Amino acid sequence: MTGHDAPPTHGLSTGPATSLAYHTGTWRTERPVYVELSPPCSLACPSGEDIRGWLGSTQEGAPGFEAAWRRLVSANPFPAVMGRICYHPCQASCNRGELDEEVGINAVERFLGDTALAEGWELPAPTTETGRRVLVVGSGPAGLSAAYQLRMLGHSVLVREAAGEPGGMMRYGIPAYRLPREVLAQEISRIERTGVVIECEAPVTDLDAAQREFDAVVLTMGAGVAHHVDIPAGAASKIVDAIDVLRDVASGRPPLVGRRVAVYGGGNTAMDAARTARRLGAQDAVVVYRRTQEQMPAHPTELQDAIGEGVRVQWLSTISQVEGQTLTIERMELDEEGRPHGTGEFEELDADTVMLAVGQDADLTLLENVPDIHVSDGVVQVDPTTLMTGRDGVFAAGDVSPGSRTATYAIGRGARAAKAVDAYLAARVIPAEPAPREATYDRMTSWYYSDAPKQHRGELEAARRVTGFEEVLTGLDAEHAVFEARRCMSCGSCFECDNCFGMCPDDAIRKLGPGMRYEIDYDYCKGCGICAEECPCGAIDMIPEVK
Amino acid sequence: MTTVHIPFLQTGTLAVGGRLLEDEERSVQSQADRPSSLTKGHRACQGCAEALAARWVMDTAVEAADDKLIVANATGCLEVFSTLYPESAWKPPWIHSVFANAAAVATGIAASLHAQGRDDIRVLAQGGDGGTVDIGLAAVSGMFERNDDVLYVCYDNQGYMNTGVQRSSATPTSARTATTPAVGCQPGAPVGQGKSMPKIAMAHEIPYVATATVADLRDLEHKVRTAMSIHGARYLHVLVPCPLGWGASSAESIRLSRAAVQSGIFPVIESRAGELTDVQPIRQRMDVEEYLRPQARFAHLFKPGGEDALDRWRAMAERNIRHYDLLGERS
Ligand SMILES: Cc1cc2nc3c(=O)[nH]c(=O)nc-3n(C[C@H](O)[C@H](O)[C@H](O)COP(=O)(O)OP(=O)(O)OC[C@H]3O[C@@H](n4cnc5c(N)ncnc54)[C@H](O)[C@@H]3O)c2cc1C
Ligand SMILES: Cc1ncc(C[n+]2csc(CCOP(=O)(O)OP(=O)(O)O)c2C)c(N)n1
Ligand code: SF4
Ligand code: SF4
Ligand SMILES: [Mg+2]
Repeated sequence: MTGHDAPPTHGLSTGPATSLAYHTGTWRTERPVYVELSPPCSLACPSGEDIRGWLGSTQEGAPGFEAAWRRLVSANPFPAVMGRICYHPCQASCNRGELDEEVGINAVERFLGDTALAEGWELPAPTTETGRRVLVVGSGPAGLSAAYQLRMLGHSVLVREAAGEPGGMMRYGIPAYRLPREVLAQEISRIERTGVVIECEAPVTDLDAAQREFDAVVLTMGAGVAHHVDIPAGAASKIVDAIDVLRDVASGRPPLVGRRVAVYGGGNTAMDAARTARRLGAQDAVVVYRRTQEQMPAHPTELQDAIGEGVRVQWLSTISQVEGQTLTIERMELDEEGRPHGTGEFEELDADTVMLAVGQDADLTLLENVPDIHVSDGVVQVDPTTLMTGRDGVFAAGDVSPGSRTATYAIGRGARAAKAVDAYLAARVIPAEPAPREATYDRMTSWYYSDAPKQHRGELEAARRVTGFEEVLTGLDAEHAVFEARRCMSCGSCFECDNCFGMCPDDAIRKLGPGMRYEIDYDYCKGCGICAEECPCGAIDMIPEVK
Repeated sequence: MTTVHIPFLQTGTLAVGGRLLEDEERSVQSQADRPSSLTKGHRACQGCAEALAARWVMDTAVEAADDKLIVANATGCLEVFSTLYPESAWKPPWIHSVFANAAAVATGIAASLHAQGRDDIRVLAQGGDGGTVDIGLAAVSGMFERNDDVLYVCYDNQGYMNTGVQRSSATPTSARTATTPAVGCQPGAPVGQGKSMPKIAMAHEIPYVATATVADLRDLEHKVRTAMSIHGARYLHVLVPCPLGWGASSAESIRLSRAAVQSGIFPVIESRAGELTDVQPIRQRMDVEEYLRPQARFAHLFKPGGEDALDRWRAMAERNIRHYDLLGERS
């Protein structure tokens, strides 16, 4: 009498012999294997967050929140900040968008960030001290991300910042109605409590001296200088740089802008300048932009919010002259390649102030007498893998170097620079990462996911918005955050739905218990492929059996 | 209709389990220590839904009966692939009858248990569509008519699969089988023949009749549990795709069941004492093509000349949708 493999509690008979003696696994031509694929959200996240992982912990409700936050901050120490200002490319790539609406990843990120601040959760302490010293130039998101990751690796880190307070554009650019300053301050001081030292009003002016003092230097000076265009203007005209207006407001010195403001440009800075102008009392704020809405670099939500606050946009228009309070606007038209050209048609527009928001440049005075650091297109050129500049031991990340100019990208590049510095200090090479395999929507069996509408964040009414710098977007509460997290389909990673275990006609899958997932018994698996077909999240591959 | 309602937890009621579920919300099949009444090593084809459904049904019945269950099994694939002498893949006490008489054997077992005062031991009979709808119908009908205390389960793979895919009276119209080749002016199984066993069972006005598929585990478990809570004659009809006989990929057995239900071709219903009491509404409307096209037995429907047959299938789906209100338009 051979035994069956189930516990004898069911009082079942055993025959003279059991089918267990016959190994149907020999029939197999393909075998199922569990795989772990990269979800599109994480592949799109410039900070490289394990979104699926921290949403997974959030799904457990309150007991999972801290674990979720810890997974999140291992890549990005600014969840409360980024949960507010990130343009969330993750969501644009989320597979759930194909089913109903993408997961509100950013709203859950903010929820975790705010919960951590309320609960006083601290970043982990470094487990070793290497004794190596690294200087970070600038305390924007790139610099602070690099500093934090370097600190986690046990290095001692000093951040020197030219301005009066740390944060870079998060402190002096992005307006408070999108990012309340106490949120930023709390997340920065939490980084300081890991041992990162930040010195303010300490511009770095001598790179050679810095290199003598430190084992490595990371340049994250950002791009904080307004780009200029030549507009013929009379002496009486008031033309200012949008970035300066934002900096003044952020420094507690709001300027007088008058009743009518024209903003020249089509990027996020233009949107923030126009929205700020409305809050400074301008009844009419007009954005003048050369191209069309489709070509606008500003994020669509920024434009939407600006329009919601009464900002007007004049498309296909350039400012050709400013005389006193009168702007001359030339109408543009697009050629076949989508480039704007003047039409020779002009109109006039009245404005008390003209704000220029036509781009920002990096301030590279520090590098003026450093011939081995190569600057082109106005930014510091780096090795794409190590982010090292032409000079040994000097790295660069964020807006000062090539790449997309967003805070989330700056954070990701800062972290990458930290890893590269760590490898450099240990004289190691960074191992090449294998190309990730994406968990594409066509692998999923969406049938199994419940119908669940996205939980939208509330917004302050437009009327109340323009009267002050109160935060516009409100957060999710715990219940809605958990609901939203549970909308995540866990693309490409087993979340223990039991489908494979329950649906195998051959009883050939073992369930290993909570968090341990499953194991396939290849002695009996016939390779039918049902488990792979019915796996909701596409975490099983069928691969040819080789003899 | 599924009464175990799982609130939104990433997945819902349609997945087998889920790590966020409470113990009492778990399906039998999601339990690591489920009975696995039909164990590994059986010789069913790859992807056989009959083997899958039999484990689901039996495990639920074994739990509902507190392990006190005796099973009578008609001849057919289910019996042949599970019991090659001297081996058995069955864990519950299980008896093989012949092709026609599983219902009669089960009736005898139930009568004998009753005579011994052992009404606590429950009896289940099972067979294929051939053994139920064709050769076994007299025994099944007698068991119904006498209201014997037996749950009879028919695994409907729409043909005599064990002997090489011959037509049964449960084979749907146009299907190609070994005895209804896809030739002539009306290729495949003849139009206007065949019978509906669930309707025949309902006509007996027995306490409980239900249909189910392997596309909805919780619905199936719920129906077995309901059936086990009732005494008297009960009938459960489960649609079980057969990769070999249907000419479909072994991986698609569940997907095809889903398409059968969502297209309106296979109504999932419950009936008590002859009256229709519940209908599972369509969740995501599918066209009959999603059901038919992956099956080689219907390949001729998608060749020139197959249009009429395809229209007939669409009409069948429409009729079911209307008759059973599958889109919930009347409720
Ligand atoms: C108005 C505005 C709105 C924006 N909104 C968003 C948004 O909503 N979401 C988003 O993702 N991105 C946004 N961005 C872009 C984002 O802020 C930047 O991409 C990001 O801050 C770049 O980070 P960084 O660390 O490279 O540089 P910065 O944030 O610019 O920080 C550089 C720091 O270096 C300091 N520094 C410079 N030179 C020296 C020196 N020699 N010595 C010491 N310190 C020095 C500067 O004072 C500054 O503090 C916005 C930008 C602007 C201007
Ligand atoms: C009296 C009798 N006639 C014919 C057979 C041969 N036979 C064995 S199984 C079977 C068909 C079974 O079909 P079905 O009941 O639908 O079960 P399936 O194999 O399709 O699951 C036949 C014809 C038999 N065993 N006994
Ligand atoms: S469903 Fe989840 S894992 Fe998939 S892309 Fe969206 S957030 Fe990422
Ligand atoms: S369902 Fe079972 S038999 Fe089929 S491939 Fe998966 S493990 Fe193997
Ligand atoms: Mg059959």
